Amino acid sequence: MSTAADDRSVRAPWVLTAPALMLFVGVLLIPLAMTVMLSFHDWGQYKGIEPVFILKNWREIATDPYYAEMFWRTFRIAILTTLLTAVLGAPEAYILNRMSGRWKSIFLLVILGPLLISVVARTLGWALLFGGNNGLVNKLLMSAGLIRFPIPFMFTETGMVIALAHVMMPFMVLSVWAALQRLDPQIENAALSLGAGPITIIRRIIMPQIMPGVLSGAIIVFSLSASAFATPAIIGGRRLKVAATLAYDEFLNTLNWPLGAAVATLLLVALVLIVVGSNALIERRYAEVFR
Amino acid sequence: MAYLELDRVAKQFGAQTVVDDFSLSVGKGEFISFLGPSGCGKTTTLQMIAGFLDPTRGAIRLEDKDLTAIHPAKRGLGIVFQSYALFPHMTAAENVAFGLEMRNVPRAETAERVRAALAMVGLAGYEDRHPRRMSGGQQQRVALARALVIKPSVLLLDEPLSNLDAKLREEMQIELRQIQRTIGTTTILVTHDQNEAMSLSDRIVVMSQGHIEQIGTPQETYERPASAFVSQFLGKTNDFAATIDRTATPARLVAGSWSAPAPAGLNGPATVSIRPERIGFGDAGLSAKIVTRIFQGNHWLFQCESECGPAIVIRQNDGQEQPIEGDTVRLAWRPEDMSVRARVVA
Ligand SMILES: Nc1ncnc2c1ncn2[C@@H]1O[C@H](COP(=O)(O)OP(=O)(O)OP(=O)(O)O)[C@@H](O)[C@H]1O
Ligand SMILES: [Mg+2]
Repeated sequence: MSTAADDRSVRAPWVLTAPALMLFVGVLLIPLAMTVMLSFHDWGQYKGIEPVFILKNWREIATDPYYAEMFWRTFRIAILTTLLTAVLGAPEAYILNRMSGRWKSIFLLVILGPLLISVVARTLGWALLFGGNNGLVNKLLMSAGLIRFPIPFMFTETGMVIALAHVMMPFMVLSVWAALQRLDPQIENAALSLGAGPITIIRRIIMPQIMPGVLSGAIIVFSLSASAFATPAIIGGRRLKVAATLAYDEFLNTLNWPLGAAVATLLLVALVLIVVGSNALIERRYAEVFR
Repeated sequence: MAYLELDRVAKQFGAQTVVDDFSLSVGKGEFISFLGPSGCGKTTTLQMIAGFLDPTRGAIRLEDKDLTAIHPAKRGLGIVFQSYALFPHMTAAENVAFGLEMRNVPRAETAERVRAALAMVGLAGYEDRHPRRMSGGQQQRVALARALVIKPSVLLLDEPLSNLDAKLREEMQIELRQIQRTIGTTTILVTHDQNEAMSLSDRIVVMSQGHIEQIGTPQETYERPASAFVSQFLGKTNDFAATIDRTATPARLVAGSWSAPAPAGLNGPATVSIRPERIGFGDAGLSAKIVTRIFQGNHWLFQCESECGPAIVIRQNDGQEQPIEGDTVRLAWRPEDMSVRARVVA
């Protein structure tokens, strides 16, 4: 038997969250659903978009190796970027954490500083340094006679990975930093007193405990890199496309919205699956550290 | 014969002297407590012995060998930290085994010693638990087992019981003492709990603001406090201002209407320090009025206003009739129960 008070307490959460829920539905779910629907529409050079239900776009993505190669490139770049940030970012965070008071805050600012600068500006910086014959570094090295041809950076995957890693580094450092904050401040002394050397302490005591931080940082970096637009657009341009830049081109250059929508949807679904899957794996694997 | 010796050890952080002129010699198998208020330098001293901090001055010797020259990883001391500092990603058994692994103890022997150590602290059957799934008391025992399994030359305990509730703390105190007695490890315990220090240790080092106030057995420090600080810090005490009356022969020590023969060697103003449970109600002595009377089961607690300021008296509840609030009483005590110190008059 339910009383008025019960009814109210059941309804209250819904009523209270309604405004935020409506905003969420309005600006996220509806456009997302429309994008998914769009991916099933037809498109022709002269007839434009036809609101019918066909699998043409999806079949094209599935059969044309161009798309497979492009998606593979997208994820390869994202994986390499993630590895690079983990390999550089985890030690960086550890060293940062061991610095004393004032230096710590200065270097934290240095690491977080890039977040205050637009991604476009940061990536253009790389382009200025390495872009073709006119890049600052290339010019310098060539006029010094150290290299005969400019170091290839623009329109290469290597360039894209380096620029992306630079952009994503703060996320990895912050994530590892947060894990380091959770360590018992005496844990290294404890290991030391039991006879462990510095390398053993890092390998056996510190690494296993900050691994969850590295992995959650990796998830953030991976998903942001796989869906990054500005950096691949500047470094890769029209020549070296990734999922995000391809979808953009389909929408704004070819005007084939349905195909662009299909690419965007596929990227989203793949990312959600990868992130949710790896998150579940990590939580299961590191249950005792998280608890 | 000193086993562990601290010789005029001092530690400075910048301009701040945190430990100064700390000299102590610990016998083999002894249980020593560092007792003092927060921030008096107990942890700092312990960390210097452990090697996590280097002394600014002075020497630390273990069996006549200079300990400060030995790397902390090679000192072979067992340490239990205030936060336990267990390795959360390892099971209880792996935690305990870590020190043995570092010493390349064979696998079979390791397994046996880990099992025995966990059994000794009453954790048989908890081998595969992770620390985060254990209670505070259980974690504390794992930390103790981890420190003891390496057969340390000295066991250093930094407030290991302060995170436990009162009942568990008492149980662990008894257990700690038993374990220490059985295996005979030289032990240094840091605490700011005077009851813990008194019930566990052979000797107590009372510290204040980085220096030693007194070193002595629990009874000595309680009954013969070397300074006002010690008598105030170790349990309740009454301090009465007294003077020497030279007109009488032999000279007498006088506080209000109480007096006793003056101890030799004392000639100026003095402070008479007396424990509340050593004061009795008599026919002669310091005159006082009872302000409050509190019944505490096995004893009565009286707060009095005496000629020489406030006084506390504790009487056993032995069934005798006790004075009530508002009564005027005389406070008396045996001369051998008090300690007298020269008083500096400002
Ligand atoms: N690394 C440091 N730098 C500067 N001052 C320090 C440092 N470590 C400790 N101190 C100071 O040294 C003094 C003694 O510290 P210590 O940790 O030894 O106290 P403690 O007796 O263990 O106190 P508690 O009972 O609170 O643990 C404190 O005043 C503290 O502020
Ligand atoms: Mg301390």
